[in-house]
Amino acid sequence: MPHIQLQEGLPGIRGLFAFRLDTARAMSQLAQVLLHDENTLTRAERELIATYVSSLNDCYFCQTAHGALAEAHLGGNAALVEQVKRDPENAPVSGKLRALLVIAGKVQRGGKSVTAEDVEGAKREGATDLEIHDTVLIAAAFCMFNRYVDGLATWAPRDDEEGFRKRAATVASVGYMKLIDDLQAAAAAAGKP
Amino acid sequence: MAHIQVREDLPGIRGLMVFRPETAEPLNQLADLLLRGPNTLSPGERELIATFVSSRNDCFFCQTVHGAVAAYHLDNNEQLVRDVKTDPEHAAVSDKLKALLAVAGKVQCSGKEVTTEDISRARERGATDMEIHDTVLIAAAFCMFNRYVDGLGTWAPTDLDIYRQRAPITARDGYANSIQRILADNGQGD
Repeated sequence: MPHIQLQEGLPGIRGLFAFRLDTARAMSQLAQVLLHDENTLTRAERELIATYVSSLNDCYFCQTAHGALAEAHLGGNAALVEQVKRDPENAPVSGKLRALLVIAGKVQRGGKSVTAEDVEGAKREGATDLEIHDTVLIAAAFCMFNRYVDGLATWAPRDDEEGFRKRAATVASVGYMKLIDDLQAAAAAAGKP
Repeated sequence: MAHIQVREDLPGIRGLMVFRPETAEPLNQLADLLLRGPNTLSPGERELIATFVSSRNDCFFCQTVHGAVAAYHLDNNEQLVRDVKTDPEHAAVSDKLKALLAVAGKVQCSGKEVTTEDISRARERGATDMEIHDTVLIAAAFCMFNRYVDGLGTWAPTDLDIYRQRAPITARDGYANSIQRILADNGQGD
Protein backbone atom coordinates (compact mmCIF):
# COMPACT_ATOMS: atom_id res chain seq x y z
CA MET A 1 0.00 0.00 0.00
CA PRO A 2 1.33 3.46 -0.84
CA HIS A 3 2.61 5.57 2.09
CA ILE A 4 0.19 8.39 1.24
CA GLN A 5 -3.36 8.35 -0.05
CA LEU A 6 -3.32 8.21 -3.83
CA GLN A 7 -6.06 7.90 -6.43
CA GLU A 8 -6.72 4.20 -7.04
CA GLY A 9 -6.10 2.64 -10.41
CA LEU A 10 -3.07 4.75 -11.30
CA PRO A 11 0.14 2.72 -10.87
CA GLY A 12 3.68 3.95 -10.16
CA ILE A 13 4.47 7.56 -10.88
CA ARG A 14 1.03 8.18 -12.42
CA GLY A 15 -0.68 8.12 -9.02
CA LEU A 16 1.92 10.57 -7.72
CA PHE A 17 1.47 12.81 -10.76
CA ALA A 18 -2.28 12.95 -10.06
CA PHE A 19 -1.55 13.75 -6.38
CA ARG A 20 0.53 16.83 -7.21
CA LEU A 21 0.10 18.13 -10.74
CA ASP A 22 2.38 21.15 -10.75
CA THR A 23 5.51 19.20 -9.88
CA ALA A 24 4.27 16.47 -12.25
CA ARG A 25 4.25 18.94 -15.14
CA ALA A 26 7.86 20.03 -14.48
CA MET A 27 9.05 16.41 -14.21
CA SER A 28 7.19 15.38 -17.36
CA GLN A 29 8.64 18.32 -19.25
CA LEU A 30 12.10 17.13 -18.19
CA ALA A 31 11.32 13.59 -19.41
CA GLN A 32 9.91 14.99 -22.65
CA VAL A 33 13.10 16.95 -23.45
CA LEU A 34 15.48 14.20 -22.36
CA LEU A 35 13.73 11.15 -23.79
CA HIS A 36 11.34 12.22 -26.56
CA ASP A 37 12.38 15.50 -28.20
CA GLU A 38 14.87 15.78 -31.07
CA ASN A 39 18.34 14.51 -30.13
CA THR A 40 21.40 13.00 -31.79
CA LEU A 41 20.88 10.02 -29.47
CA THR A 42 17.90 7.98 -30.69
CA ARG A 43 14.82 7.57 -28.51
CA ALA A 44 15.68 3.90 -28.15
CA GLU A 45 19.20 4.73 -26.89
CA ARG A 46 17.87 7.24 -24.36
CA GLU A 47 15.15 4.88 -23.10
CA LEU A 48 17.81 2.15 -22.75
CA ILE A 49 19.87 4.45 -20.51
CA ALA A 50 16.74 5.20 -18.42
CA THR A 51 15.88 1.49 -18.20
CA TYR A 52 19.43 0.48 -17.26
CA VAL A 53 19.63 3.02 -14.40
CA SER A 54 16.13 2.08 -13.15
CA SER A 55 17.19 -1.55 -13.16
CA LEU A 56 20.34 -0.74 -11.13
CA ASN A 57 18.07 1.12 -8.68
CA ASP A 58 15.81 -1.96 -8.63
CA CYS A 59 12.71 0.12 -9.43
CA TYR A 60 10.21 -2.32 -10.93
CA PHE A 61 7.74 0.24 -12.27
CA CYS A 62 10.30 2.48 -14.00
CA GLN A 63 12.42 -0.28 -15.48
CA THR A 64 9.33 -2.05 -16.83
CA ALA A 65 7.66 1.09 -18.19
CA HIS A 66 10.84 2.43 -19.83
CA GLY A 67 11.98 -1.05 -20.86
CA ALA A 68 8.71 -1.36 -22.78
CA LEU A 69 9.33 2.07 -24.34
CA ALA A 70 12.86 1.09 -25.38
CA GLU A 71 11.43 -2.10 -26.86
CA ALA A 72 8.80 -0.12 -28.77
CA HIS A 73 11.48 2.14 -30.24
CA LEU A 74 13.61 -0.92 -31.09
CA GLY A 75 10.86 -2.51 -33.17
CA GLY A 76 9.97 -5.04 -30.47
CA ASN A 77 13.49 -6.26 -29.58
CA ALA A 78 12.81 -7.23 -25.95
CA ALA A 79 15.91 -9.44 -25.86
CA LEU A 80 18.21 -6.45 -26.40
CA VAL A 81 16.55 -4.55 -23.54
CA GLU A 82 17.16 -7.53 -21.25
CA GLN A 83 20.80 -7.79 -22.37
CA VAL A 84 21.47 -4.12 -21.72
CA LYS A 85 20.03 -4.47 -18.21
CA ARG A 86 21.99 -7.63 -17.42
CA ASP A 87 25.29 -7.11 -19.18
CA PRO A 88 25.66 -3.79 -21.02
CA GLU A 89 29.38 -4.40 -21.71
CA ASN A 90 28.53 -7.32 -23.99
CA ALA A 91 25.20 -6.16 -25.40
CA PRO A 92 25.13 -5.67 -29.19
CA VAL A 93 24.89 -1.88 -29.07
CA SER A 94 27.24 0.75 -30.55
CA GLY A 95 30.59 1.43 -28.89
CA LYS A 96 29.33 4.92 -28.16
CA LEU A 97 26.20 3.73 -26.33
CA ARG A 98 28.28 1.18 -24.42
CA ALA A 99 30.58 3.97 -23.20
CA LEU A 100 27.59 6.16 -22.29
CA LEU A 101 26.03 3.28 -20.31
CA VAL A 102 29.27 3.02 -18.31
CA ILE A 103 28.92 6.72 -17.41
CA ALA A 104 25.22 6.27 -16.54
CA GLY A 105 26.12 3.34 -14.25
CA LYS A 106 28.68 5.50 -12.46
CA VAL A 107 26.17 8.33 -12.02
CA GLN A 108 23.74 5.85 -10.46
CA ARG A 109 26.27 5.18 -7.69
CA GLY A 110 27.22 8.82 -7.23
CA GLY A 111 28.21 11.73 -9.45
CA LYS A 112 31.78 11.61 -8.17
CA SER A 113 32.27 8.08 -9.51
CA VAL A 114 32.44 9.42 -13.07
CA THR A 115 36.10 9.77 -14.07
CA ALA A 116 37.83 11.81 -16.76
CA GLU A 117 38.74 8.45 -18.34
CA ASP A 118 35.07 7.43 -18.56
CA VAL A 119 34.31 10.69 -20.34
CA GLU A 120 37.38 10.38 -22.61
CA GLY A 121 36.26 6.86 -23.48
CA ALA A 122 32.86 8.11 -24.58
CA LYS A 123 34.39 10.97 -26.59
CA ARG A 124 36.73 8.50 -28.33
CA GLU A 125 33.64 6.55 -29.43
CA GLY A 126 32.23 9.73 -30.92
CA ALA A 127 30.01 11.05 -28.10
CA THR A 128 29.51 14.82 -28.17
CA ASP A 129 29.46 17.09 -25.12
CA LEU A 130 25.67 17.35 -25.43
CA GLU A 131 25.29 13.56 -25.57
CA ILE A 132 27.47 13.18 -22.47
CA HIS A 133 25.48 15.92 -20.73
CA ASP A 134 22.17 14.27 -21.59
CA THR A 135 23.39 10.83 -20.51
CA VAL A 136 24.44 12.17 -17.10
CA LEU A 137 21.16 14.05 -16.69
CA ILE A 138 19.01 11.08 -17.79
CA ALA A 139 20.85 8.87 -15.27
CA ALA A 140 20.54 11.51 -12.54
CA ALA A 141 16.85 12.13 -13.32
CA PHE A 142 16.08 8.41 -12.99
CA CYS A 143 17.83 8.39 -9.63
CA MET A 144 15.08 10.91 -8.76
CA PHE A 145 12.12 9.19 -10.49
CA ASN A 146 13.05 5.79 -9.02
CA ARG A 147 13.30 7.18 -5.47
CA TYR A 148 10.04 9.09 -5.89
CA VAL A 149 8.17 5.98 -7.05
CA ASP A 150 9.62 3.59 -4.44
CA GLY A 151 10.06 6.10 -1.60
CA LEU A 152 6.29 6.55 -1.49
CA ALA A 153 5.68 2.81 -1.98
CA THR A 154 3.48 3.09 -5.07
CA TRP A 155 2.06 -0.12 -6.53
CA ALA A 156 2.72 -1.56 -9.96
CA PRO A 157 0.88 -4.37 -11.75
CA ARG A 158 3.00 -7.56 -11.84
CA ASP A 159 3.05 -9.94 -14.78
CA ASP A 160 1.27 -7.45 -16.99
CA GLU A 161 3.79 -7.02 -19.79
CA GLU A 162 0.97 -6.55 -22.26
CA GLY A 163 -0.40 -3.62 -20.26
CA PHE A 164 3.03 -1.97 -20.11
CA ARG A 165 3.50 -2.54 -23.87
CA LYS A 166 0.16 -0.96 -24.71
CA ARG A 167 0.90 2.08 -22.57
CA ALA A 168 4.44 2.31 -24.06
CA ALA A 169 3.03 2.35 -27.60
CA THR A 170 0.95 5.42 -26.68
CA VAL A 171 3.78 7.31 -24.95
CA ALA A 172 6.18 6.39 -27.80
CA SER A 173 3.91 8.17 -30.25
CA VAL A 174 2.47 11.11 -28.25
CA GLY A 175 5.28 11.79 -25.78
CA TYR A 176 5.22 12.50 -22.04
CA MET A 177 3.00 15.58 -21.76
CA LYS A 178 -0.34 14.07 -22.78
CA LEU A 179 -0.73 12.23 -19.46
CA ILE A 180 -0.38 15.52 -17.60
CA ASP A 181 -2.91 17.27 -19.84
CA ASP A 182 -5.32 14.35 -19.30
CA LEU A 183 -4.83 14.38 -15.51
CA GLN A 184 -5.33 18.14 -15.46
CA ALA A 185 -8.54 17.83 -17.47
CA ALA A 186 -9.80 15.06 -15.15
CA ALA A 187 -9.00 17.18 -12.08
CA ALA A 188 -10.81 20.17 -13.59
CA ALA A 189 -13.83 18.01 -14.41
CA ALA A 190 -13.86 16.79 -10.80
CA GLY A 191 -13.78 20.42 -9.65
CA LYS A 192 -10.25 20.31 -8.23
CA PRO A 193 -7.79 23.17 -8.81
CA MET B 1 37.56 21.62 -15.16
CA ALA B 2 34.16 20.26 -16.04
CA HIS B 3 33.91 17.07 -18.15
CA ILE B 4 32.19 19.04 -20.92
CA GLN B 5 32.76 22.56 -22.22
CA VAL B 6 30.62 24.94 -20.20
CA ARG B 7 31.08 28.64 -19.43
CA GLU B 8 33.99 28.72 -17.00
CA ASP B 9 32.77 31.71 -15.02
CA LEU B 10 29.58 29.89 -13.95
CA PRO B 11 30.03 27.39 -11.10
CA GLY B 12 28.06 24.24 -10.27
CA ILE B 13 24.67 23.76 -11.85
CA ARG B 14 24.67 27.29 -13.32
CA GLY B 15 27.14 26.44 -16.09
CA LEU B 16 25.14 23.30 -16.91
CA MET B 17 21.86 25.19 -17.05
CA VAL B 18 23.25 27.75 -19.45
CA PHE B 19 24.71 24.89 -21.53
CA ARG B 20 21.25 23.29 -21.91
CA PRO B 21 18.41 25.81 -21.36
CA GLU B 22 15.77 23.28 -22.51
CA THR B 23 16.36 21.09 -19.46
CA ALA B 24 17.19 24.04 -17.19
CA GLU B 25 13.61 25.30 -17.47
CA PRO B 26 11.80 22.27 -15.95
CA LEU B 27 14.66 21.74 -13.46
CA ASN B 28 14.26 25.28 -12.16
CA GLN B 29 10.47 25.00 -12.13
CA LEU B 30 10.76 21.91 -9.98
CA ALA B 31 13.19 23.60 -7.57
CA ASP B 32 11.02 26.73 -7.29
CA LEU B 33 7.81 24.71 -6.72
CA LEU B 34 9.37 22.44 -4.11
CA LEU B 35 11.50 24.94 -2.22
CA ARG B 36 9.78 28.30 -2.68
CA GLY B 37 6.14 27.63 -3.61
CA PRO B 38 3.28 27.96 -1.11
CA ASN B 39 3.65 25.15 1.41
CA THR B 40 2.87 24.26 5.02
CA LEU B 41 6.58 23.47 5.40
CA SER B 42 8.51 26.74 5.70
CA PRO B 43 11.16 27.64 3.09
CA GLY B 44 13.78 27.21 5.85
CA GLU B 45 12.58 23.65 6.58
CA ARG B 46 12.55 22.69 2.92
CA GLU B 47 16.01 24.15 2.30
CA LEU B 48 17.26 22.18 5.33
CA ILE B 49 15.97 18.95 3.78
CA ALA B 50 17.72 19.84 0.49
CA THR B 51 20.94 20.70 2.33
CA PHE B 52 20.86 17.53 4.43
CA VAL B 53 20.45 15.26 1.38
CA SER B 54 23.15 17.16 -0.58
CA SER B 55 25.47 16.76 2.37
CA ARG B 56 24.79 13.00 2.49
CA ASN B 57 25.59 12.89 -1.22
CA ASP B 58 28.78 14.85 -0.50
CA CYS B 59 27.92 17.51 -3.11
CA PHE B 60 29.83 20.62 -2.05
CA PHE B 61 28.13 23.06 -4.42
CA CYS B 62 24.52 22.05 -3.60
CA GLN B 63 24.98 21.72 0.16
CA THR B 64 26.71 25.10 0.33
CA VAL B 65 24.22 26.96 -1.88
CA HIS B 66 21.18 25.50 -0.14
CA GLY B 67 22.81 25.62 3.28
CA ALA B 68 23.31 29.37 2.81
CA VAL B 69 19.69 29.84 1.66
CA ALA B 70 18.47 27.76 4.63
CA ALA B 71 20.53 29.90 7.04
CA TYR B 72 19.17 33.05 5.43
CA HIS B 73 15.60 31.86 6.10
CA LEU B 74 16.54 30.84 9.67
CA ASP B 75 17.80 34.19 11.04
CA ASN B 76 21.31 33.45 9.72
CA ASN B 77 21.64 30.51 12.09
CA GLU B 78 24.51 28.74 10.35
CA GLN B 79 25.15 26.57 13.40
CA LEU B 80 21.67 25.07 13.07
CA VAL B 81 22.37 24.21 9.44
CA ARG B 82 25.63 22.49 10.46
CA ASP B 83 23.82 20.62 13.26
CA VAL B 84 21.15 19.33 10.87
CA LYS B 85 23.86 18.08 8.49
CA THR B 86 25.87 16.28 11.16
CA ASP B 87 23.23 15.05 13.64
CA PRO B 88 19.64 15.87 12.66
CA GLU B 89 18.11 13.88 15.54
CA HIS B 90 19.73 16.22 18.07
CA ALA B 91 19.40 19.49 16.12
CA ALA B 92 17.14 22.27 17.45
CA VAL B 93 14.34 21.65 14.96
CA SER B 94 10.76 20.46 15.49
CA ASP B 95 10.04 16.77 16.10
CA LYS B 96 8.07 16.75 12.86
CA LEU B 97 11.06 18.00 10.87
CA LYS B 98 13.31 15.43 12.57
CA ALA B 99 10.97 12.66 11.40
CA LEU B 100 10.88 14.13 7.87
CA LEU B 101 14.69 14.38 7.79
CA ALA B 102 14.83 10.69 8.71
CA VAL B 103 12.58 9.91 5.73
CA ALA B 104 14.76 12.10 3.49
CA GLY B 105 17.88 10.27 4.70
CA LYS B 106 16.33 6.94 3.75
CA VAL B 107 15.35 8.24 0.31
CA GLN B 108 18.96 9.35 -0.20
CA CYS B 109 20.07 5.70 0.18
CA SER B 110 17.18 4.28 -1.83
CA GLY B 111 13.42 4.70 -2.13
CA LYS B 112 12.95 1.18 -0.82
CA GLU B 113 14.57 2.04 2.50
CA VAL B 114 11.57 4.12 3.60
CA THR B 115 9.46 1.99 5.97
CA THR B 116 5.86 2.22 7.15
CA GLU B 117 7.29 2.98 10.61
CA ASP B 118 9.23 5.98 9.27
CA ILE B 119 5.99 7.32 7.77
CA SER B 120 3.90 6.60 10.89
CA ARG B 121 6.44 8.44 13.02
CA ALA B 122 6.23 11.52 10.77
CA ARG B 123 2.44 11.35 10.77
CA GLU B 124 2.22 11.01 14.58
CA ARG B 125 4.24 14.21 14.79
CA GLY B 126 1.77 16.06 12.61
CA ALA B 127 3.12 15.61 9.08
CA THR B 128 0.44 15.63 6.36
CA ASP B 129 0.38 13.48 3.23
CA MET B 130 1.46 16.50 1.18
CA GLU B 131 4.38 17.20 3.52
CA ILE B 132 5.49 13.56 3.33
CA HIS B 133 5.14 13.66 -0.45
CA ASP B 134 7.15 16.85 -0.74
CA THR B 135 9.88 15.59 1.59
CA VAL B 136 10.34 12.44 -0.50
CA LEU B 137 10.35 14.44 -3.72
CA ILE B 138 12.79 17.08 -2.42
CA ALA B 139 15.14 14.28 -1.29
CA ALA B 140 14.76 12.45 -4.61
CA ALA B 141 15.24 15.66 -6.62
CA PHE B 142 18.48 16.42 -4.80
CA CYS B 143 19.72 12.91 -5.57
CA MET B 144 19.31 14.10 -9.16
CA PHE B 145 20.73 17.63 -8.80
CA ASN B 146 23.77 16.37 -6.83
CA ARG B 147 24.57 13.70 -9.43
CA TYR B 148 24.11 16.20 -12.27
CA VAL B 149 26.50 18.69 -10.67
CA ASP B 150 29.20 16.18 -9.67
CA GLY B 151 28.71 13.72 -12.54
CA LEU B 152 29.79 16.40 -14.99
CA GLY B 153 32.72 17.49 -12.82
CA THR B 154 31.67 21.13 -12.35
CA TRP B 155 33.71 23.46 -10.11
CA ALA B 156 32.49 25.40 -7.08
CA PRO B 157 33.93 28.45 -5.30
CA THR B 158 35.42 27.62 -1.89
CA ASP B 159 34.86 31.10 -0.44
CA LEU B 160 31.72 30.76 1.71
CA ASP B 161 31.06 34.50 1.60
CA ILE B 162 30.13 34.17 -2.06
CA TYR B 163 27.29 31.81 -1.08
CA ARG B 164 26.26 34.02 1.86
CA GLN B 165 26.00 37.05 -0.39
CA ARG B 166 23.98 35.22 -3.02
CA ALA B 167 21.50 33.58 -0.64
CA PRO B 168 19.21 36.62 -0.05
CA ILE B 169 18.99 37.23 -3.81
CA THR B 170 18.07 33.59 -4.47
CA ALA B 171 15.54 33.69 -1.62
CA ARG B 172 13.97 36.82 -3.09
CA ASP B 173 14.08 36.10 -6.84
CA GLY B 174 14.01 32.31 -7.05
CA TYR B 175 15.98 29.69 -8.93
CA ALA B 176 14.52 30.11 -12.42
CA ASN B 177 15.04 33.85 -12.43
CA SER B 178 18.75 33.71 -11.83
CA ILE B 179 19.35 31.47 -14.88
CA GLN B 180 16.94 33.42 -17.09
CA ARG B 181 18.95 36.56 -16.38
CA ILE B 182 22.18 34.94 -17.55
CA LEU B 183 20.48 33.52 -20.65
CA ALA B 184 19.03 36.95 -21.46
CA ASP B 185 22.50 38.50 -21.20
CA ASN B 186 23.74 35.74 -23.48
CA GLY B 187 21.07 36.64 -26.02
CA GLN B 188 19.58 33.14 -25.69
CA GLY B 189 16.58 33.77 -23.51
CA ASP B 190 13.65 36.17 -23.55
